[in-house]
Amino acid sequence: MYATNYHRASSVADAVKLQSSSDEAKYVSGGMTLIPTMKQRLAAPSDLVDLRHIAEMKGISVNGSRVRIGAATTHYEVSTSAELKAACPAISHLAAHIGDPHVRHMGTIGGSIANNDPAADYPSAMLALGATIVTNAREVAAEDFFTGLFETALEAGEIVVAVTFDAPAKAGYAKFPNPASRYAMAGVFVAKAGNGSVRVAVTGAGSNGVFRHAGLEAALAANWSADAASGVDVDASDLLSDLHGSAEYRANLVKVMAKRAVAAA
Amino acid sequence: MGVEGIGARVARKEDKRFLMGQGKYTDDMSVPGMCYAAFVRSPHAHAKIRSIDISAAADMPGVIGVLNGKQMLDDGIGNLICGWMIHSKDGSPMKMGAWRPIAHDTVRYVGDAVAVVVADTMGEARDAAEAVVVEYDVLPAVTDAVKALEAGQPQLHPEAPGNLIYDWEIGDGAATDAAIAAAAHVTEMKIVNNRLAPNPMEPRAALGIYDSAEDHYTCYTTSQNPHVARLVMSAFYNVAPENKLRVIAPDVGGGFGSKIYIYPEEIVCLWASKRTGVPVKWTSDRTEAFLTDAHGRDHVSTVKMAFDADNRVTALKVDTIANFGAYMSLFSSAVPTYLYATLLSGQYNFPAIHANVRAVYTNTVAVDAYRGAGRPEATYLLERTMETAARELGVSPAELRRINFIRSFPHQTPVIMNYDAGDYEASLEAAMKAADWAGFPARKAEAAGRGMKRGIGMSCYIEACGIAPSAAVGSLGAGVGLWESAEVRVNAVGTVEVLTGSHSHGQGHETTFAQLVADRFGVPLDSVSIVHGDTDKVQMGMGTYGSRSGAVGMSAVVKALDKVETKAKKIAAHLMEADESDIVIENGALKVAGTDKSVPWFQMALAAYTAHNLPSGMEPGLKEGAFYDPANFTFPAGCYIAEVEVDPDTGKTKIVQFVAADDFGNIINPMIVEGQVHGGIAQGIGQALLEGVHYDPETGQLLTASYMDYTMPRADDLPSFQVSHQITPCPNNPLGIKGCGEAGAIGSPPALMNAITDAIGNNDLTMPATPQKVWAAARATAN
Ligand SMILES: Cc1cc2nc3c(=O)[nH]c(=O)nc-3n(C[C@H](O)[C@H](O)[C@H](O)COP(=O)(O)OP(=O)(O)OC[C@H]3O[C@@H](n4cnc5c(N)ncnc54)[C@H](O)[C@@H]3O)c2cc1C
Repeated sequence: MYATNYHRASSVADAVKLQSSSDEAKYVSGGMTLIPTMKQRLAAPSDLVDLRHIAEMKGISVNGSRVRIGAATTHYEVSTSAELKAACPAISHLAAHIGDPHVRHMGTIGGSIANNDPAADYPSAMLALGATIVTNAREVAAEDFFTGLFETALEAGEIVVAVTFDAPAKAGYAKFPNPASRYAMAGVFVAKAGNGSVRVAVTGAGSNGVFRHAGLEAALAANWSADAASGVDVDASDLLSDLHGSAEYRANLVKVMAKRAVAAA
Repeated sequence: MGVEGIGARVARKEDKRFLMGQGKYTDDMSVPGMCYAAFVRSPHAHAKIRSIDISAAADMPGVIGVLNGKQMLDDGIGNLICGWMIHSKDGSPMKMGAWRPIAHDTVRYVGDAVAVVVADTMGEARDAAEAVVVEYDVLPAVTDAVKALEAGQPQLHPEAPGNLIYDWEIGDGAATDAAIAAAAHVTEMKIVNNRLAPNPMEPRAALGIYDSAEDHYTCYTTSQNPHVARLVMSAFYNVAPENKLRVIAPDVGGGFGSKIYIYPEEIVCLWASKRTGVPVKWTSDRTEAFLTDAHGRDHVSTVKMAFDADNRVTALKVDTIANFGAYMSLFSSAVPTYLYATLLSGQYNFPAIHANVRAVYTNTVAVDAYRGAGRPEATYLLERTMETAARELGVSPAELRRINFIRSFPHQTPVIMNYDAGDYEASLEAAMKAADWAGFPARKAEAAGRGMKRGIGMSCYIEACGIAPSAAVGSLGAGVGLWESAEVRVNAVGTVEVLTGSHSHGQGHETTFAQLVADRFGVPLDSVSIVHGDTDKVQMGMGTYGSRSGAVGMSAVVKALDKVETKAKKIAAHLMEADESDIVIENGALKVAGTDKSVPWFQMALAAYTAHNLPSGMEPGLKEGAFYDPANFTFPAGCYIAEVEVDPDTGKTKIVQFVAADDFGNIINPMIVEGQVHGGIAQGIGQALLEGVHYDPETGQLLTASYMDYTMPRADDLPSFQVSHQITPCPNNPLGIKGCGEAGAIGSPPALMNAITDAIGNNDLTMPATPQKVWAAARATAN
């Protein structure tokens, strides 16, 4: 790791100020992605601005059907929150299967979506739940937020402060982990909104990152059942191929995980 | 046996310091003025070095020196060598290309060292290493051994045309071919043994300390055999003569074979310490470990197994291509020959066997022994083929094995080995009973009701441990003898120190070796210390690998204990005015049998050192040494059964039960033996289901260079193991023990693959049986 300077921000404004005072500063939340990258000397931020101690970025609240999760909330907190388990158990289930206990106690939802790893779990939930990503500057629909592999709509220095969404009528998440990394080889989040509309988001499998699957959405909107997912054709041509899984295999996994997600919802 | 003697389940003495984080590993060593080394490594799999510009690096903060391979050559540091000579079938010696500790002309794999930076801190050394500018002329690379033999492929070493190191054979080719031609049935398979990265928990490290006043070197290093390291570094690498070189392997966090070899880094640290005038430490990071630790396995074979009309085996013919990587590592040549082809008879009565082995250079890191070393490759080939044959012949796998078991001993196989003792049927029976083999059809039907494909498979392995005797291995090409040494020192107060040439890096020697002493003299385990891993303390030894520490290392201790016991009895007899032959040792005292006369152990020891009242002519003191050279290998054997459930939707395999029935001969500490079996099976499960090294075939880049892509087994990948022991004592060593360190890794992969292929009804499946591969293979049969 290259040497770096650590700063603990006390507010969002403070964080922005600290970050902008250096060309090479980076935000750090759980550090579960950033620190390993630094240890491998693939990133060399001169300064790290820690976002984990900013009150407005922490905690979970459920107001009626509106859910707000602060960006600095850890995976562990999401996985164990009683409020969240009542409002949207699928997202708690998702968080409970990220990495290992160490990672879940350190890693944050904000860090995960800001990083937008194509095999990360949260982006699929955000997309399927139609979440809004609240930053220090604006509100962005999840739809517009995830723009490609490790790419988001965030501008330089912009901070994810929270995510908000309406609790779904039903939702489920099923993930087939990569045997080595345990990130998603294919993770499918299915959500049926209060108004009956269905959104299905797929992570881990797309060659351009997280995406919605129109065929699965249509089939499940017509008939919310695991069997309905079975009949859907999942096109392999836009899917990832790597050491662990060919596009064809991933296409199969998307279908199987969709079925299991519906069954779990 | 007593509570602490042979056969007792004594908790490991060394675990307290390990569990409390108080182990002292090479990287924990710190000496005044110590600086750090960082290596500049080739990013290319094959290239000519055009130039190395160190000017920027040399000016970086904290940099003490930037050294290169040319300087090493000028200082007379020798090539790294392979210490086992193999001759090709045409009589020519193996073709060993030059391996320089630091390349100065050509790099041959990604990770090959091209320069080393020594600096005040590790960070500064790494920063400066990044500032070294190396210009390369990139050459085409080849990573696949089969391809490397083809015409027109990149050539690695001028010494080895066609990348062929040797083309070796064993057995009777004509008899084998004739038997195959006459056979009632021949099962043919292509068998791939996947390449593995050893991944000990502690990465390699070295600390080189040059003392100019004495012209003396000290090397702390992560070694399984510090004495061999000293021997090789002085005799071949010209680092320093043996009396001027002390090698210390302190606590070592796992080796699995990968720490047998002498690597460039420890030689460089010693040499650089003299060059720069400061002690130099290097510690591998995990990425470097993936890139530069010797890998294991990587065989591609074809096999023909012939049967007569009664399903008796009549012949086995094997053709193997073994990937050696870019350089010949220390024992690489022996692995696919004398540690592999000599085990191809398995537990079966083969009248004829012929094996041909070609060893091949490729642009990958060196391949050498890894837990099991050759025997897993032999067992996998044999046991998968046997299972496939049973399926083709329509006989139960157990029945086919039973028909063919060797049942009388000693048994001379067609491939050198002379099996001394065993009862293969006993292990088979025990395993089938433990696994409730008979109940499998009901379990399969139940699983099918849940949409799961359930399968069961077995593997009957034999292996060879304690490779010996020295004269025999010498005649087969070994550059060293394979005996072991021990010294037993009884102190004046009766405490005991055992010095051994074996090296413990996870095996629990501090406990099991002490149990031998407790058993013999009735002294408490706590009063026995085991000393190992330091060439200044222990005169000579051959180290730990090939499950040899029990069969060979402990036998040397027993020999030394015999001598101590004889002298102790003489002293006691003298003190009690009794006849030496009437003295017995019981509960920590020397007694005159049939009387109430006794001398406590410590009093006898004190008498040895006060020397006030010793038998006339006896030397004072109580210290004896012994060298033990075994008469033969030992032959652990057993039967493993795996039962799996495959999810046909995803191809994911779940191991629902795993049974190991092993014959290790007599057992010193069953708990430690079970631990060895558990660990071995975990590695076997890793090989069968999870692990596999992949290089990009075009660029030679290592694709599985981290745990993001290389699947190490984790706790939740493993079932609970049912382990049992059937015992036929080894007739060739005083303790009757055979060795248990590698069996788990040897016996388990074929059992698992036989179970998975049984579940999916398709024999065409290679390791690791990843979900993707199993899914595809299952679909291929479904369609
Ligand atoms: C062993 C291991 C296993 C893992 N397994 C999984 C898994 O199964 N599934 C999965 O989804 N993830 C997994 N992860 C990743 C984990 O979830 C990370 O916690 C997460 O991806 C990043 O969150 P973080 O809080 O640690 O972010 P950090 O590492 O601190 O930051 C990541 C990036 O986001 C930026 N950033 C952080 N917070 C913000 C913010 N609020 N606003 C703007 N930018 C920000 C940082 O500058 C940095 O570029 C794993 C990680 C590890 C180490």
